[in-house]
Amino acid sequence: MGDTKNARRRKDNLAGWAFIAPFGVFFVLFLVWPIIYGLYLSFTGTTLTGAGGEFVGFANYAEALADRDMWRAMLNTLWFTVLSTIPLVLVALVMALLVDLGLPGQWLWRLSFFMPFLLASTVVSLIWIWLFNPQLGLINEMLKPFGVEPIAWLQDPQWAMLGVVIATVWWTVGFNFLLYLAALQNIPEQQYEAAALDGAGKWRQLFSITIPQLAPTTGLIVILQVLASLKVFDQIFQMTQGGPAGTTRSAVVYIFDLGFTGYRFGYSAAVSFIFFAVIILVSLVQLRITSRKGARS
Amino acid sequence: MTTLELPKEARVADPRPKAPRRPGEKPFGVGRIVALVILILMAISWLLPFAWALVTSLKTEADAGATPVSWLAPNGFTLEAYASVLEEGNIPVWAINSLLSSAIITLLTVATSALAAYAFSRLDFTGRKWLFFVVIASIIIPPQVLIIPLFYEMLAFNMVDTYWGLILPQVVAPPMVYILKKFFDQIPIELEDAARVDGATRLRLFWSIVLPLSRPILAAVSIFVFIAAWNNFLWPFIVINDTSLMTLPVGLQTVKSAYGVQYAQNMAMALLAALPLIVIFLFFQRQIIKGIATTGFGGQ
Repeated sequence: MGDTKNARRRKDNLAGWAFIAPFGVFFVLFLVWPIIYGLYLSFTGTTLTGAGGEFVGFANYAEALADRDMWRAMLNTLWFTVLSTIPLVLVALVMALLVDLGLPGQWLWRLSFFMPFLLASTVVSLIWIWLFNPQLGLINEMLKPFGVEPIAWLQDPQWAMLGVVIATVWWTVGFNFLLYLAALQNIPEQQYEAAALDGAGKWRQLFSITIPQLAPTTGLIVILQVLASLKVFDQIFQMTQGGPAGTTRSAVVYIFDLGFTGYRFGYSAAVSFIFFAVIILVSLVQLRITSRKGARS
Repeated sequence: MTTLELPKEARVADPRPKAPRRPGEKPFGVGRIVALVILILMAISWLLPFAWALVTSLKTEADAGATPVSWLAPNGFTLEAYASVLEEGNIPVWAINSLLSSAIITLLTVATSALAAYAFSRLDFTGRKWLFFVVIASIIIPPQVLIIPLFYEMLAFNMVDTYWGLILPQVVAPPMVYILKKFFDQIPIELEDAARVDGATRLRLFWSIVLPLSRPILAAVSIFVFIAAWNNFLWPFIVINDTSLMTLPVGLQTVKSAYGVQYAQNMAMALLAALPLIVIFLFFQRQIIKGIATTGFGGQ
C-alpha cells in the first residue's frame, strides 16, 4: 500500500517537472535570468559596447537618487497615472451603466467603445497626432465654435500630458468598460425587485445597490489600471518622445532613453530597479487599502 | 462557438448577453430617452477619430493638408493614398511578419502555459507550491524593466535582428498560467480517474480529457496572447532594425516620420494596419468579451 503510494508520488514528481519544463525554460531564460542579469548590470558601468563593465557598487543608485531628471520622470509617471486612472474608471463605469440599461443597439455600443482597444499603439498615435494637429486637427476645429484659440496640443508643455491622457482614455477605456459590464450583469435581479417593492427609486437603487455591488470590480479595475498606467511608454514615445521639455517623459521612457540613446546600460538598469521598487510599493499600498476595505464590509 | 457538453463545475459563468430590464421600467420613459441620447453622443465621440481618419485617407494630399479643416474633399474622394502606401511601402511584408510571429508566439505560449497549468493543478510534485508562488509573483514584474538585460542576452545569443530574437522572449505569460490553472481546477478529477484506471498516461489525460473540456478558455487565452503579440511595440522595436523583419507597429513607427506631412497616406496606413485586428474581433467577438469578463486579463 505504502509502496504504491510512493511509486505514484515519484511518478507525479517526474511528470510534474516534465510538464513544467517547457514553460520553465522560457520563464528562466526570458524572465528570471534578465532580472538577475539586470540587477548585476545595475552595479556596473556597462555601455552598449560592453566597455566600462567594471563593478561600481552602488554608484549608479547614488547617481540616480540625485538625478533630477529621474525624479522628474517618476513624478510625470505618477501624474499621468492619476490623470488617466480617474477617467478610465469613471468613464468606463458610465458607459457600462448606460449600456446595461438595455437600450437598443447593444452590439453597436460595445463595438464603438471597445474597438480602439484593439489598435496597436502606433495606429493610435498616428490618428491622435493628426487629430491634435494645431492647424489641421479636428480637435481644435471642434473647439473653435466655443471661442477656444488653436492649441498646440502635443507641442505645448501645458497641454502635452493632457493630450496623451485623452488619447489613452480613448484607446483603453473599452477594456474596463467590458469588465464593468460583466459585473453589472451578475448583480442578482431580486435585489432590485426587493428595493423597488420598498419604494426605492432608480437613483436610490443605483447608489444603494449597483455601486456597492460593483465595489470588488472597481477595486480590480483600479489595481490593474494603476499598474498599467505606471508602465506607460508606447503612446508617449510615439506622440511626444517625452517632450516638450521633458513634460511627458515617463519612467519607462527615461529608462529607454538612458539605455538606447545614451547607451548607459548599467545606469539604465539601476533606474529600472528603482522604478520596479516604486511599482512594488504602489502595489503593496493598493493591496493594503483593498484588503482593509474587504475586512470592513 | 461549438456546443460543448461541459460538466457543470467546469462551465465558466456566462455573462448574460441579454439586456436586463429593471422591474417596473417603462420602455419609453424620459430617463431612457436621455440615457439613449448620452449613449449616442458617447458612441459618436468614440467613433469620430475613425471617421476622421477614414475621410482623410480618402482625400488627395492637397485636400488633406488644406485649411479650413473640412469633412469634404473639393478635389473628390480617391483611393490614391491607399494605392501609394501599398505600392511604396513594406506594409504587406510587415503584416506577414506580424501574423507569423504573433501566431508562433501564441502557439508556444498557450502550449507551454497549458502544460504548466495542468501540472500546477493536478500533479503533486516536489516544490509545486513555491514554484507556483514564484510564477504568480512574477506577474508584478513590468516587462519594460527587463528590456536592457534582455537586449544584452539577445546580443550574446546573436539573436538581434532575427525572428528568434523577435519571437522567443515574448513566449512567457505567467497570467495565462494562472488563468488556465484556475480553469483546470474546476474540472472534476473523477473524469480523469476512470481513464487512469485504464492505464492512460498523464499526457494522454491532459490531451484527451482536459484540453477538449477547456476549449472556451483556450480560445480566450489564445486571442489575448495574439492581440498582445500583434500590438506589442517596445520589444520588437528594440530587437529588430532590419526593415524586412519588422512587424506592423514597428514598421509604421519608422515610416511615420518618413512620410512626414503626407496626412492622407498616414491615415491610410493607420487604417490598413488596424483592419486585421478589427476583422479578428468581429469573428471572435464572443470569446473576447467573455474572456475579458471572466478572467479580467487582456493585452496592454
